[in-house]
Amino acid sequence: MNASELEVAVKAALARVAPEADLDALGPEVPLRDELDLDSMDFLAFVAELHTRTGVAVPEADYGKLGTLAAAVAYLGARAR
Amino acid sequence: MERPRVIAKSGRAPSYEALCRDFSWAQARAWLDGLPGGRGLNIAHEAVTRHARSGLGRQIAIRWLGKRGERRELDYAALERASNRFANALAAAGVGPGERVFSLLGRIPELYVAALGTLKNRSVLAPLFSAFGPEPIAARLRIGDARLLVTTEAAYRKKIAPIAAGFPRLQVMLVGEDERLTSVPGTLDWARAMRAAADELEIGPTSPEDMALLHFTSGTTGKPKGAVHVHEAVVMHHATGRLALDLRPGDVFWCTADPGWVTGTSYGIVSPLTVGATLLVDEADFDAERWLRILEEERVDVWYTAPTAVRMMMRGGTELVRARRYPALRFISSVGEPLNPEAVFWGLDAFDLPIHDNWWQTETGGIMVANFAGMEIRPGSMGKVLPGVEAAIVRGGREGEPFELVREPGVEGELALRPGWPSMFRGYLGEEERYRKCFVEGWYLTGDLAKRDADGYLWFVGRADDVIKSAGHLIGPFEVESALIEHPAVAEAGVIGRPDPVAMEVVKAFVALKPGFEPSDALAQELVGHARKRLGAAIAPKEIAFLPGLPRTRSGKIMRRLLKARELGLPEGDTSTLEGGT
Repeated sequence: MNASELEVAVKAALARVAPEADLDALGPEVPLRDELDLDSMDFLAFVAELHTRTGVAVPEADYGKLGTLAAAVAYLGARAR
Repeated sequence: MERPRVIAKSGRAPSYEALCRDFSWAQARAWLDGLPGGRGLNIAHEAVTRHARSGLGRQIAIRWLGKRGERRELDYAALERASNRFANALAAAGVGPGERVFSLLGRIPELYVAALGTLKNRSVLAPLFSAFGPEPIAARLRIGDARLLVTTEAAYRKKIAPIAAGFPRLQVMLVGEDERLTSVPGTLDWARAMRAAADELEIGPTSPEDMALLHFTSGTTGKPKGAVHVHEAVVMHHATGRLALDLRPGDVFWCTADPGWVTGTSYGIVSPLTVGATLLVDEADFDAERWLRILEEERVDVWYTAPTAVRMMMRGGTELVRARRYPALRFISSVGEPLNPEAVFWGLDAFDLPIHDNWWQTETGGIMVANFAGMEIRPGSMGKVLPGVEAAIVRGGREGEPFELVREPGVEGELALRPGWPSMFRGYLGEEERYRKCFVEGWYLTGDLAKRDADGYLWFVGRADDVIKSAGHLIGPFEVESALIEHPAVAEAGVIGRPDPVAMEVVKAFVALKPGFEPSDALAQELVGHARKRLGAAIAPKEIAFLPGLPRTRSGKIMRRLLKARELGLPEGDTSTLEGGT
């Protein structure tokens, strides 16, 4: 998957968890949890969605590397096939 | 290898028997100073002023870690001056003793200053969880008859502006981002108000029975309840910090609960400061790696967290934990929902320390049941009752049912407590009848089902009502159902807690649609979004299921228990009161 496909996948995963969010307006560097009001359980669901959509299983220790849209795309880009 | 059933805890802590022998409420009161000149008892004096004036002024009271790596420290002298300023700023704004000051803030330094300053002004602190949406906020402001709200400019625009018209008497004070001044018409600015206020203050006479804190909790039906606590509660906050959390002066103490919930106020603000500890505050939300780094680098001595957080950490395995060293860490405790035995054993594997679970609720104001430091832990048990408190397992007593004490060990019933400890709630604000219904023959009924073994250990069984326990928070199904039925597609909604291995329960809504609407994944998503906008992430359902109609009793109440039984695949029990029968 290339970067723009990954961005689509990340936004789709976010839309599952926070369907009310205006993801078109989401800046690449905005902290996701604050901006989209994600609690810890939402974040776990987001990670599970990412796994389904990209095949990348994110270990707990790396959750902090998914803090923004840009960070998540970069993280997945280094790992997705 | 077989696990031991009982974990013996070593260390210097006194045995449970010694605690019970030596403890009295009079002695706990004597651990505090009281206001000078016999002017009463004030929480903020015990938490800050007495330390600032007695040589502890240079000790760090609050060490704050920001989301973006910032770090700020306030010593007791600085916290004293800042909270004095806020108290004076409140008075200047015309907010008087007994009036309610609400906060809707993340874990930023201003929250702690506002909390303590409010208590110094003898106003009543009502902290709200910052992840609440506009509807839960409006309901609580109304019940609490809010006089002033402290919030951020961002939260104001998103959550308060849409509801502000309903609160003509409410004054709003805005905290600007990165200490910038705010300029929203009709509001006060934190920085300006603080600058204009003096940093000296003599706390006015405060009766131990004066209202100090208003914490909201949820019932099965109706609106949230505002549990009233008084300044005398500080006796409990201090005593339980020492006895149940093993807190000592100079400790670095980290309570991970948000002050928007009772744990985050009683133990995330008041208790550690009264002891003279350093309160560690992390602004960020849960992240396993970050939390472990904090435990190590900040040399945390005592850590009070939640079973949900422990279980989230367990998902990362013990390796993540064991990659670091925690030489300072002495005592780990948890509260919010029962800590499963696996989590206790995991604590031993990961930290070489057991996790001491305890139990209490908004109404009790402080820890009631605990696995004390000097006591054997029975994994899965909430521990034994606090010295000075009497607990019982009871049956019946509600709505005219016969009431009896269950004396036989191991038999399930409702956990009841004999009132008399200082932080017992004094009422639900404006709801005398609801308050009265909590008591039967001198016992306070907690709403939690439990059993007690032959050695006095208490074991949580479940809730006696339909309230949902999720990630340590109580969620009232009615509040969620009310928001859902505002959606044009929804005819009726029934909300339950679906069991979850991490959060204990997650909020699940069953929805029946109005004619002309068809169940679909897109509609389910729309309803989740609808609920999140109104309620916020902490309360909104995580799952929606469609049903053709909801089961109701003949009197028209939605049978949530039946929905839950079906969800769990359990026998549905007696359905004879069900509408039409099934």
